[in-house]
Amino acid sequence: MNSLSKTSKQLIQLHVNGETHDAVVRSADTLLIALREQLGLTGAKRGCENGDCGACSVLINGKPSHSCLSLAVEVIDQPITTIEGLMDSPVSKAFVDNWAIQCGYCTPGFIVNCHSLITTHPDANDELIEEWLQSNICRCTGYEEIREAVHTLLASGQTENE
Amino acid sequence: MIAFDFKYIKPTTAKEASKLFLNAKQKGNKAMFYSGGTEIITLARVNQLQTDMVIDIKGIPECNVLEIRGNELVIGSTVSLNDIAKSKLFPLLGDTVQRIADHTSRNKITIGGNLNSELIYKEGILPLLVADAKVKLAKGLEQRIVSLESIFKKQLELETGEFLVQIIVDKSYLDHPHMAKKRTKISKVGYPVVSVAALVKECQIQIAFSGVCQYPFRSFKLESVLNDTKVPVMERIGTAMQHLPEDVVDDIQGTKAYRTFVLRNVLKDILEELELTK
Amino acid sequence: MTNKVFTTVGKPEQRIDAVEKSTGKVRYVGDYSVPGLMHAKLVTSTQAHAKITSIDTTEAWKVPGVRAIVTGEVFPYHIGPILADRPPLAFEKVRYYGEPVAIIVADHEYQAKLATTKVKVEYDPLPIVNSVQQAFQADAPLVHENAGSYTKIISNVYPKTGTNIGSHIKIRKGNFEDEWENCEETITANYSFNLSDHVALETRSTRVEINPRGKVIVHSCSQSPFTIKKVLNQFFNVEVGNVLVHIPMIGGAFGGKGTVQLEPLAYLASKSVGGKLVKLEMDREEDMITSPCRVGLDATVQLGATKEGKLVAGKYTYLLDSGAYTDQAAGITRAAAIDCTGPYDIPNVWCDSYCVYTNHPFATSFRGYGHPELTFAVERTMDQLAKQLQIDPIQLRIINGIKPGHTTPTQTVLTANNIGDIEKCINRAKELIQWDEGQKMVSGKNKVRSKGISMFWKTSTTATNAEAGAILTFEADGSVNLNCAAIELGQGTKTILGQILAEKLGMGMDKIHVTMETNTQYDPHQWRTVASSSTFLAGRAVIAAADHAITQLKKTAATVLKCSPDDLDIGGGKVYLKPDPAFGVDIKEIALGYTYPSGHSIDGQVVGIGKHIQRHLTPMDEETGFGKPGPWWSVGVQAVEVEMDTRDFTYTILKGVTVLDGGTIINPKTAQQQMRGGMYMGLSYATSEKFIFDEHGVVQNTGLRNYPMLRYGEQPAQYLVDFIESPAADGPFGARGIGEYGVIGAPACLANSLSYALDVALNQLPLTPESIWEASRGSEE
Ligand code: FES
Ligand code: FES
Repeated sequence: MNSLSKTSKQLIQLHVNGETHDAVVRSADTLLIALREQLGLTGAKRGCENGDCGACSVLINGKPSHSCLSLAVEVIDQPITTIEGLMDSPVSKAFVDNWAIQCGYCTPGFIVNCHSLITTHPDANDELIEEWLQSNICRCTGYEEIREAVHTLLASGQTENE
Repeated sequence: MIAFDFKYIKPTTAKEASKLFLNAKQKGNKAMFYSGGTEIITLARVNQLQTDMVIDIKGIPECNVLEIRGNELVIGSTVSLNDIAKSKLFPLLGDTVQRIADHTSRNKITIGGNLNSELIYKEGILPLLVADAKVKLAKGLEQRIVSLESIFKKQLELETGEFLVQIIVDKSYLDHPHMAKKRTKISKVGYPVVSVAALVKECQIQIAFSGVCQYPFRSFKLESVLNDTKVPVMERIGTAMQHLPEDVVDDIQGTKAYRTFVLRNVLKDILEELELTK
Repeated sequence: MTNKVFTTVGKPEQRIDAVEKSTGKVRYVGDYSVPGLMHAKLVTSTQAHAKITSIDTTEAWKVPGVRAIVTGEVFPYHIGPILADRPPLAFEKVRYYGEPVAIIVADHEYQAKLATTKVKVEYDPLPIVNSVQQAFQADAPLVHENAGSYTKIISNVYPKTGTNIGSHIKIRKGNFEDEWENCEETITANYSFNLSDHVALETRSTRVEINPRGKVIVHSCSQSPFTIKKVLNQFFNVEVGNVLVHIPMIGGAFGGKGTVQLEPLAYLASKSVGGKLVKLEMDREEDMITSPCRVGLDATVQLGATKEGKLVAGKYTYLLDSGAYTDQAAGITRAAAIDCTGPYDIPNVWCDSYCVYTNHPFATSFRGYGHPELTFAVERTMDQLAKQLQIDPIQLRIINGIKPGHTTPTQTVLTANNIGDIEKCINRAKELIQWDEGQKMVSGKNKVRSKGISMFWKTSTTATNAEAGAILTFEADGSVNLNCAAIELGQGTKTILGQILAEKLGMGMDKIHVTMETNTQYDPHQWRTVASSSTFLAGRAVIAAADHAITQLKKTAATVLKCSPDDLDIGGGKVYLKPDPAFGVDIKEIALGYTYPSGHSIDGQVVGIGKHIQRHLTPMDEETGFGKPGPWWSVGVQAVEVEMDTRDFTYTILKGVTVLDGGTIINPKTAQQQMRGGMYMGLSYATSEKFIFDEHGVVQNTGLRNYPMLRYGEQPAQYLVDFIESPAADGPFGARGIGEYGVIGAPACLANSLSYALDVALNQLPLTPESIWEASRGSEE
C-alpha cells in the first residue's frame, strides 16, 4: 500500500447557481455525484455516467457539460448552473406548453442544454439545434415536441431571462 | 461512480507537471496526465484503468493557447474540440473534430486528449497528419518540437514523463481545399465506421484515415496511388485498397467487408470533389 | 352517452406533472439520500453458462466500509412471475453473462463497488446456447436441466424437461392442414431479430429496509407494487400485510420495470445488515444486461390465399428468445399466440409459440408485449404476398381486415364494442401518407422515396382477475383527492384519471388533486401498471368511486335542500336542483359533512370508493388455445415515407403516420404524445437496436456508447397522428387502452418501405445501412 491510494476526502467550494457551497468529496467523485450527494441538487440525473445520454447536463462557465465527465475538484474555480438555477428560464415554460415532457427524467438535461443554446445562439438554425440537442437522449417523446418547444422559443425571440 | 481513489493535482507549469509525474513513478505510483479527462473518467468507472494520481495540465498557460503566431497556428493541447471548431482557424480540423462524440462532450474533450486516446479512432489527428503538423512536447525543463509524423506510430510515442503541450500547423495549410467525411453505423453520434480527412496541396491530395485500421494513418504510398490521375478513379481506389497498412477492422461497428464498401464510396466522393479543385 | 358534450374528456388538459418535472424538483427513487443509507452493489457473472466452483470473498472483506457479502446459498430457491425458474442470486451455476452472483453491502457506494472487483469467482464453463435455433436442436446443451419441475405461478405455461422449451402455446382454429393444401397462392417467410433493451432513461433502483416490527419497507421504481408484495410473500415468507411499497414517479419503464428483480435482492441485502436501509441502483450497463431486456424472435409465417387475395389459412411458428429465464417472456409467448394473425380474418389458423431458453440475458415485457415483433413478421409477409398476387398492399389488407362478427385466433367473437374499426384506420392512414401519389419515386441522384404501411392490433392480456380501485377524499374547500395505484411512468395516467374524475364531478382540473406517489398501504389494490390497462381498469374504478361520492353528496345535499336526491345534479362545485340550477349547496359546505347553524352536524366527510375487475376473461385451452384472453382489441395502422440512398443504403425517415382506434380519446395531447413516442421507440428499435453476442454468449454492447438509438433530428421530420374513436361500450367514457400501441406497427412499416425502395426483402432487424447492404448483396448473388 502506498500513501497515495488512501481515501482522502477534502473540503472544496463549488460555485453553483450564484452561491458558494461547501462540499466534501473524493478526488474521484464526479461533479454529478457531488451535486447530487453533497449539495442535494438532484435535478441532474445519473443516466449513464458515461457521457452518452445528457441527463446529467449542467452549465460550466455557461457551456453545457456532462457533469458525469468532470471531477468535482476540477471545477472549483468555475461557475456552475444546474436546472435548479434555471427556475425562470423561458425554456421550462416552453417545454410545458409544447408537451415536451413525459417521464421527465431527461427534461432537466434538455432544458439546461436548450437554455445555453438559445442564449448563445438566439438565431440558431435547424442544423445547429440538431448538433446541440443530439447530446441528450429522450426515450419517451420521440423528440418532436422538444423540437416544437425550441422552435417556439426561437421564433418568439424570448431567449433571455425576463 | 469511480470506485478507487486517486490524487488530483493541477500544476501551473509544464516543468512541475513532469516533475510530479516522474516523482510519482519513482515512488512506484502510477500517474496520468489529465486534460479533458473524459476518457480517464469513463474508463476508471468501469475499472479499465487504474491510476494513483492524475495531473491536470489545464492550469498550464501554454497548453491553453489557440492563436496564429507569425506563420503558424498554435493549438494548446488542452483546447476543447468545440473551441477549435468555433475559432474557424483551421476549417479542416474544425470539420473533423466537430463530428467526434457529441456537442456537449466536445466542450470537455480536448485535442490533446483525443490524440492520446486509448481507442483506435483519434480522429483529431487526421487533419494534423495531412497538414504535416509539428508538436511541442515537454519533459522536465526540456521542450522539443518535432514533426507529428515522426512520433506517431499507431499512437503518440512519448517518453516517460513527457506530454503534449502544443500542436503547430504551418499557416499555409489552413486554407487549402479540403474535405472531411465521417460515416457511422447509423446515428450521427457514434464511432466512425470510416472517417477521412483530406486536403489538396500543390495539386496532390493528402489524406488520412480513421476507423479503417486499428489506428489512424496517413500513407504516402496510398496517396501516390490516389493521385495518379492517369488511372480511372475506381481503379485507383481498387489499388489503394491493396495498400492499406493492415487488415481492415472487423468489429461491432462494422464488418471488414462493410467498412471496405463504405471506404470505397467515401474515397470516390472525396476524389471526385477534390479533383475539381485542383 | 354518445351525444353528451364532455367538458374535460376529449380536451387537451395540461399534464398535472409537467410543471414540476420542468424544474428538476421531482424526486425519483434514486434521488433520495439520507445519512446512514447503505449501498449494495452486485458482483455479476463474467460467463454466459458455467458452473460456479468457488466464490472467494477474502479480499473483498478487506475493503473498508464493507458490512455484508451475500451469495446465492443464502436463498437457494427459484422465483418468477409465471414460472418460478430464476434464482435471485445465481447458485451452483450461472446462465447468462451479467447474472447477479453476489451482493456487497457497504457504507458508501464506491466502497461496495470497489469490493465487487475483489470477489474472486471461479467458473467451470459449460457449452453455450447462443440462439433459439441452436436451443431447439436435439443435442443442444440444456440451460435448465429440469425445467418441468419448476413451480407454475400461473396456469398457461408449459415447460418441458429435457429441452430448452420454457413454454409452448398452441392455437388450432379451423383445419389448417387440409386448407393449406387447397390454397391457390401460398407464401412462407422467415424473420429474426436479437434481444434488445428498454433503455428507460432512469435505471432501475430500489431501497429496502426491514423495521424492528418486521415490516419490510420498499421504495422502488416499479410498475408492479402489489406484485412486489406478492413475491416477498410467496417466496420469502413475509406476510403480505407487512410489506409496504412506495413508488414515486418513474423515469420511463416501457414494461422493463414490470417484473420484480431488484427488490428481493435489496431485501436480502437489508436482511444481511440487520434490516438497515439499503439502496441498490443499477449502473446503465447493469440495467441493460443484468436486469431483464426485450425478447428476441425467430418467426416463420405461412399464408395461404385465393387468387383474389382472400386469406384462407395461416401458420405461425414463433420462437421467442427469452434468455436464461422465462420471466414475462412466457406471457409474451402466450400473447403472441393470441394475436398471431395480426388484425386479419383467417378461418384456419395454426400457431406454435415457444418460449425458448438460451444463455442470453433474460427478457421481460416490453411495450407492445411481443406485438411489434409478431406484427413485423405478419406485415412483411402481407407485403410479400401482395407482391406475389400483384395486389396493392393496402387493398390486400382491406380485403382481409378483421371486423365484428369474425373470430380471433382464440375464437373470441368480435363485436362492435370490443374491436376498433381497422378499415377506417387504414383509409385515414392512406390519406395521411398520400399513398395514391405513388409508393415509390426517384427523388435525386441515387435517391428514392418510398412508403410502407402496416396494420396492427393488440388485446390487453391482463390476468383474468386484474383489478383496480380508487379512493376519493373531499377537502374542506370542495376539492378532491384521488388516490389509486396506477403508476405515473411518463404516460400521463394520473392526468387521464384526473380528467375522468373531473368529468364525472363536473369540476375543473384545478379542483382535482391526484396523488402522484403510490403507497400500497393507502392505495387500493391495482393489478399492475402494464398492458395499456390503466385507463380502462383504473378509469372504471374512478368512475365507480365518483358515483359513490356523488351518492353521498346528493344524500347530504337533499337533507340540506329538503328534497329528494333524485332531484339533484352535480357540477360547478355545487349540488343543485335540476329544475333550478341556481338553487343548491356548495360542495365545500358538505365535503366534510354539513353543519347546521345550530352546530349540529350530519354525514361527515365524503369518501368515494370504487373498484373494477376484469369480467369474463378465461385462460386458454392447452391444445387449441380456445379462450377469451382480453377485454377488447385496439387496432391501428402505421405508415412511413423514407428517402433511401441507393448507393450507400443510408436513409432518412421523412414522415411517420399513426392512426389508432382506441375508442374515446380522453386527452388528445397525451394520446398524441404516446403515439409519437411509441412510434419513435419502434423506429429506433427497427433502425438500430440490438444486443450483439460473441461466440461465448457475451454481450458486446453493454452501454449506450455502442447501443445506438435514434437521437434528436433522426426522428421522422413529420409525425402525423390521428384517431378513429369508435367508443368501447364498457370503457370509461368509451375509452380503450392506447399506451403501447404507437410502437407496434413501426418496425414493420419501416421494413416494408425500405424493402419496397430497393425491391429486396428486408426480413431482419435492425435495419442499419450495413444490414440493408448485406441483404441487397445477397439478393444480387
Ligand atoms: S449521465 Fe452524464 S451523460 Fe449520461
Ligand atoms: S421524457 Fe422520459 S426520457 Fe424524455
